[in-house]
Amino acid sequence: MAEYRWPPVNQRRVIGRPVNRVDGLVKVTGRATYSSDVRRPGMLYAALLTCPYAHARVRSIDVSEAERSPGVRAVQVLAPAGTEINWAGADVAMVAAETEEQARDAVRKIKVDYEVLPHLVKEFDLSRAQAMNRAKPSGEAVTGDPDQALKEADVVFEGEYTIPVITHSCLQPHGQVVAWGEKEIEFFANTQAVSTVGADLAKALEVPAEIVHVQQHSVGGAYGSKFQAESWAAAAARLSKAAGGRPVWFHLDRRTELEVAGCRPSYRARIKIGAKKDGTITVWDSQSWATGGFTGGGLSANLLPFVFVKIPNKRFNHTAVSVNTAPARAWRAPNFPQVAFLTCAALEDLAAQMKMDPLELFLKNVQYTDRPEVYAWQLKKAAELIEWQKKWHPRGQGEKGPVKTGLGIGIGTWGGLGHAAQCRTRIHPDGTVEIELGSQDLGTGTRTVICQVAAESLGLRVGDIRLKIGDNRYPVAGASGGSTTVGGVSAATRRSTLNALDELFKRVAPSLGVSPDQLEAVDGRIRVKGDPSKSLSWKEACQKIGNSPIEAMGANDPKSPGGLISGGVGGVQMAEVRVDTETGQVRLNKLVIVQDCGMIINPKTAESQCYGAATMSICAALMEERIMDQLTGRFINAAYDFYRIASIMDVGEIVVHLDNRPEHDARGVIGLGEPPVVPTIAAISNAVANAIGVRVPEVPITPDRVLAALARRKA
Amino acid sequence: MQSFEYASPTTLQEALSLLSTQWGEVDILAGGTDLLALMKDYIHTPKRVVNIKGIKELGGIQQTSAGLRIGAIVTIRELLENELVQKEYPALIQAARGIRGMQLRNMGTIGGDLCQRPRCWYFRNGFGLLALKDGKSLIPDGENRYHAIFPQGQAYFVSASSFGPPLIALGARVKLASTGGTRELPVEQFFVAPQREGEREIALKPNEILTEILVPPAKGVRNATYEIRPDEGVNWPLVTASVALRMEGNRVASARIVMGHVGPTPVQAVKAAAWLKGKQITEAVAEEAGRRAVEGAKPLSQNGYKVQLAQVAVKRALLAAVAK
Repeated sequence: MAEYRWPPVNQRRVIGRPVNRVDGLVKVTGRATYSSDVRRPGMLYAALLTCPYAHARVRSIDVSEAERSPGVRAVQVLAPAGTEINWAGADVAMVAAETEEQARDAVRKIKVDYEVLPHLVKEFDLSRAQAMNRAKPSGEAVTGDPDQALKEADVVFEGEYTIPVITHSCLQPHGQVVAWGEKEIEFFANTQAVSTVGADLAKALEVPAEIVHVQQHSVGGAYGSKFQAESWAAAAARLSKAAGGRPVWFHLDRRTELEVAGCRPSYRARIKIGAKKDGTITVWDSQSWATGGFTGGGLSANLLPFVFVKIPNKRFNHTAVSVNTAPARAWRAPNFPQVAFLTCAALEDLAAQMKMDPLELFLKNVQYTDRPEVYAWQLKKAAELIEWQKKWHPRGQGEKGPVKTGLGIGIGTWGGLGHAAQCRTRIHPDGTVEIELGSQDLGTGTRTVICQVAAESLGLRVGDIRLKIGDNRYPVAGASGGSTTVGGVSAATRRSTLNALDELFKRVAPSLGVSPDQLEAVDGRIRVKGDPSKSLSWKEACQKIGNSPIEAMGANDPKSPGGLISGGVGGVQMAEVRVDTETGQVRLNKLVIVQDCGMIINPKTAESQCYGAATMSICAALMEERIMDQLTGRFINAAYDFYRIASIMDVGEIVVHLDNRPEHDARGVIGLGEPPVVPTIAAISNAVANAIGVRVPEVPITPDRVLAALARRKA
Repeated sequence: MQSFEYASPTTLQEALSLLSTQWGEVDILAGGTDLLALMKDYIHTPKRVVNIKGIKELGGIQQTSAGLRIGAIVTIRELLENELVQKEYPALIQAARGIRGMQLRNMGTIGGDLCQRPRCWYFRNGFGLLALKDGKSLIPDGENRYHAIFPQGQAYFVSASSFGPPLIALGARVKLASTGGTRELPVEQFFVAPQREGEREIALKPNEILTEILVPPAKGVRNATYEIRPDEGVNWPLVTASVALRMEGNRVASARIVMGHVGPTPVQAVKAAAWLKGKQITEAVAEEAGRRAVEGAKPLSQNGYKVQLAQVAVKRALLAAVAK
């Protein structure tokens, strides 16, 4: 029976090394294929007609002219007469033609008569929302006696904060190529769920799950928005069937991608905090509103206050507002960046009211977190890296000139326990090692870490591993969500490769004259423990396998992690910004990220996760905002000229410190995709408040909002 | 994108003969950085597209006795790298630097910059340039954070041109050609505020081509452009200001101040410029000029901040012009 535990730090040869991505070269040379690059013989191109109204009923739809349009091979009506449409950008019809241009021309020939109905697209217009019966209280949760605690508190702070809806903005829009042939449906997907998206499509098409064959190489971003097969895949499949099984290519255009294929809930919260004179918080009382689109925007109790969950007296009150926009999708650490902002902003505002250093206030209250020691250490480490002692000044008491700098704190947490996953390892008689998992690499480095784990376990190099993922015919692996992938695939790979190696030892042992348990695999050789002179090269050893390859499975079960994986991380970030108080422009000077994530398989891809996550939240803090226009019901900035995201010049210096002290390493692998996205908005917003002496209560922190906040302070 | 006929003439005469007398029938393609997006969004659906990039006489930057001649298809990059421009026209160089994308600089042209369509999101979403509903603009009650603080009639969009303000400040003229001959206009007359949907925001006629830009000599003219940007990326500025100061010693003999992204045309601050006459540009004078430049601004419900930005942009442009 193999010992699956990770080798001790000093014995690791591949794990813990900053290995370059195994798919880096094909990506930077443009050879990696995405679903949008798939070209099949006889392929048709589809185009989608969407509804221009936020709320309407289809009175009639006439596709006859589209059907006669040049090159058109099939038309699907997706919103037949009578359909009530609840957001702009919703599916109405899809056309497949010989070229994309012909498909787009044909779509414009579809005649739809809409009955336009009243809409609500602005969730913080609460009186209108109530009048339209769109605001649904989701109840109150109370711990202790918040009213009494507020009366008894030495200090009470009250503030209101707002964070808008943003979209996922995947570099590669949603879409796929699908071919409904006689025996199977080929589905060239664009998904974070290779093992499950086929069954999802099959269900929509009412066909047996086994006939859908999912394949995928690379994905241009997903962030939680690409779990489902989507209505567009089902429509394209039906077009393919109608066109005699010809493959159909379809991807959303950018406008529709922004409108319907990604949405992170907004939040507004009125927060009251009471504290003792020394900064110890005694009570939290919050009332919040959010929308996640047409389906509302629930927020589970206990997300506010965030991290400081053990504050003894709490009241949480939330209202979900339904608006006429596409539904929310899981956005990298769903709800956490928003509630981190709401909580940390209120905490720093309390500190400012008490004329207290917020670092001191955070340290004073780490007792209310689940992991006080971890947060205390990370707060101090981040403070050291951003030079808090030297650079921090009381709120608004920085430089004399128009440009002011400031520091701020953000704090986070996440789970990241590995998902259920299975892995198959084959060791061929020629020495080839083949690893298969029905997983996916969203650009996170999944391929690379699987190869590292396999190489470590088998005593080989990363380049010796032939890894196959991205196919639902490989062993089932979980969807990539919740930062569960790295734990799931690394534990499954560890077990599978060691099981295969056990079998190899059995076949090789006789020729080395020892029992299998006396063998080890090191540096490309199978050798006798304690007697390295008795050994065979990997290739020689594999020649002893016989005709059939060795095949062994390995699974990760999150319920019995076996010391390989665990979940639950902290994370602290500190930002330094500069603000031009004449123009309201904010620029990020530096962001320090201190993050634990258990045992680190690849520090390079781990740091990259931090850079990427922080960059997304820098956008959310300073630029990104979905602007809904109540007059037209449209997402009026659904294009990249005014839906702003960061360029390299906007990102500033990011310093990553991965907290992998031995006690963290001992916890095994924990997911890192989401944790570092959580604290950033809070840190930046707090830094701006520290710089200019007043809270900008709404993100993104744009010049208009900075100038308005400064004007309010003067008044 | 609607299918269209494509022509790529090599002479100006041939190109002119391919144009129409009606807007909407033919579009002129230079860098294509705006036109292609308009066509993909079906905001422009021309029947014919005439590529003018192959017409050599429309290119090149030359020094003439009357100043600088800049061909309409000179790219932003060519302009940035041109020593004549670098030497005397910092206002143009600074405006060009505001066009952040390398691809835009490589493809985009100065003529295209002047002729590009506004970025108003109602226009780009298909609601028309004036965004009229029942004869009234949607913009005052709509989403107007980036719109005009100097609207003209029903025109609330802002001119997107980067070079309009510095060229007006420098007293430049544009040359427009048609089959009937050529005409010249001061750049400030090239920009117009349409009052009816369907009218254009430039004085170019559908059968004309902007062929060149003539910039007077700027020896001794202190000039600068200052842009206030929401971020450092490939993005539109919130407000810009360009200034040109003819100096007598260290005092202003005459001045031009032009603000961008504040109105449907570049907006000249005539009174503020006149007030500068005889003054030395100090921090206090620049600040006061900024204040005077925004007098009469009529901000909308969400864009009051642009008044302050315009004021600061004018101040900083003035200080930049005299700095060294």
